[in-house]
Amino acid sequence: MTNADFILTADNITKSFGGVHALKGASIGMRRGEITALIGDNGAGKSTLVRCLSGIHRPDTGTITLDGEDVTFETPNLARQHGIETVHQNLALVEELAVWQNFFLGRELTKGAGPFRTLDRKKMKSTANDLLNNLSVNAPAVTSKVRRLSGGQRQAVAIARAAGWGSKIVIMDEPTAALGVQETARVENVINTLRDSGVAVLLISHNFEQVMRLSDHIWVMRAGLAVAERRSSETSGDELVALITGAKAA
Amino acid sequence: MTKIEAERPPTIVSSVVTQARQISFWAENAAPIGLVALVIVFSILSPSFLTLGNIRAMLVAAAILVVLAIAQAFVITTGGIDLSISATMTVGAIGFGMSWQAGYGFVLSAVIAILSASLIGLVNGLLIAKGKVTDFIATLGTLSVATGLALIVSNGKPIAVSSPELLVLTSGSLGIFGYPIILAAIIGIAAWFVMFRTRFGLHVQAVGGNEESAIANGISATKVRMAVYLIAATLAGIAALLLVARVGAAEPAINTQYLLNSIAAVVLGGVSLTGGKAKIVGPIIGALLLTALTNGLTLLGVSQFYQPLAVGLVVVLAALLTRFQKK
Ligand SMILES: Nc1ncnc2c1ncn2[C@@H]1O[C@H](COP(=O)(O)OP(=O)(O)OP(=O)(O)O)[C@@H](O)[C@H]1O
Ligand SMILES: [Mg+2]
Repeated sequence: MTNADFILTADNITKSFGGVHALKGASIGMRRGEITALIGDNGAGKSTLVRCLSGIHRPDTGTITLDGEDVTFETPNLARQHGIETVHQNLALVEELAVWQNFFLGRELTKGAGPFRTLDRKKMKSTANDLLNNLSVNAPAVTSKVRRLSGGQRQAVAIARAAGWGSKIVIMDEPTAALGVQETARVENVINTLRDSGVAVLLISHNFEQVMRLSDHIWVMRAGLAVAERRSSETSGDELVALITGAKAA
Repeated sequence: MTKIEAERPPTIVSSVVTQARQISFWAENAAPIGLVALVIVFSILSPSFLTLGNIRAMLVAAAILVVLAIAQAFVITTGGIDLSISATMTVGAIGFGMSWQAGYGFVLSAVIAILSASLIGLVNGLLIAKGKVTDFIATLGTLSVATGLALIVSNGKPIAVSSPELLVLTSGSLGIFGYPIILAAIIGIAAWFVMFRTRFGLHVQAVGGNEESAIANGISATKVRMAVYLIAATLAGIAALLLVARVGAAEPAINTQYLLNSIAAVVLGGVSLTGGKAKIVGPIIGALLLTALTNGLTLLGVSQFYQPLAVGLVVVLAALLTRFQKK
């Protein structure tokens, strides 16, 4: 998969935790300007693959290619510097910190020079506020602690954080898992808006209707491998179920 | 009151809410309220408690604990604990004593004191951040090692220090504020600034709040943990200078009371031991409270034996109260 259409490819990724082989040589690709879906049963290895792409895990073997360049991210910061933003399944928020602090966590804006650099609180608050409201998600006050937010608001913060950096790739690991109908619709809007602005989106979801509604391309994972791929327009929910369970071979 | 109640009988919910609000108010402000209460009680019971001379003495006596509480606050904010903090201070004190005895002069001796203390912090950091040893066990170990080293190096004997600089440090003052408490206040302001106005401070809170999330956002939890133990030990080294100045000698003592009180001050200050919630002013007030408590009991002629008991009761009460803090 060295096709120039691909903005990101992962080839033969393996990753083990002690005796657990979470990834056994998974390969997927994401095309420019598309929403790529990644589906599979619980424990199939989707989140592990996501964590490899976002620099949290280093794959044991395998290569990750971004824009034709071989990259394997040592740290989450490196992945972000390469334009990959991630909404993790656990959201990766710090509950005791305020929304604006979470928004800029790890890449805070500062003012002043050298050892006297201080946090530019004003700018971070206003930027976080703008980004949250821009995405027209039900925006909480940026000064409230994440602990006080509802599950939906937390997801909104994590999604706005990932979507707000003008990045090339946004990965969303079950972004609507805990959301109601309205909030889900809002997040789906965000995902479509991202795609329309040229961002490649990787969407992990257990909701087939959502996957069929949003995605252009679908990868199916089973037991640590990407076992099948389909164009969304050329498949059906029934076929996807069969591919996930293994009732149907790729 | 009864009239209003008759007109608008409070629902169970609303009265519970008001009560909870009150309890959480007490819990959030346990340290300042406790301090004020102690001052009122002691000034009624003992006419000499609120004299300028005694206030000055109390503030000077509080300085060491204030510095240690700030040190402990950094570690506890990450969800860790430094049981070696007072032993580290002892190492610093002996480091100063030995250097002074060897004729190195004040400045060099002070530098050696702080460096030898921060060495213990470096070991703590390496064990906990890199070696993934539980903070409790690691610092229990270095507590013993540091105490042992201080005993070995000093041959178990106190080293008398008659440095004119230290004399100025203990006896100098601006008004009722002796130099030790001024030094502690400067450290307090710097610590507040670092904790709440710099990236590093935010990362300390993030690692304590949710290490996994902090790491996912590109923060190095290893570096942050190394740093807080180093900061704590360096502050313990500064506290060592205050201790030597106060005692007039470098003693290879265990100073357990300082360890317990440093943790107690932080708990009194409303910091939860689970980490993530940073406070600097709270622990400082906690340290002042504990010092006022000891001082007041002494003035009242209460036997020394009762002081640990009183401190313990206050701390347990504070710990119970923190359950009612707003989440
Ligand atoms: N840090 C870890 N340590 C040990 N085992 C892990 C770790 N992370 C994942 N695993 C294991 O790897 C396998 C794949 O997990 P992963 O989270 O990638 O699945 P998933 O496809 O995202 O599932 P779900 O749909 O439930 O989110 C599981 O068996 C899991 O227990
Ligand atoms: Mg998952």
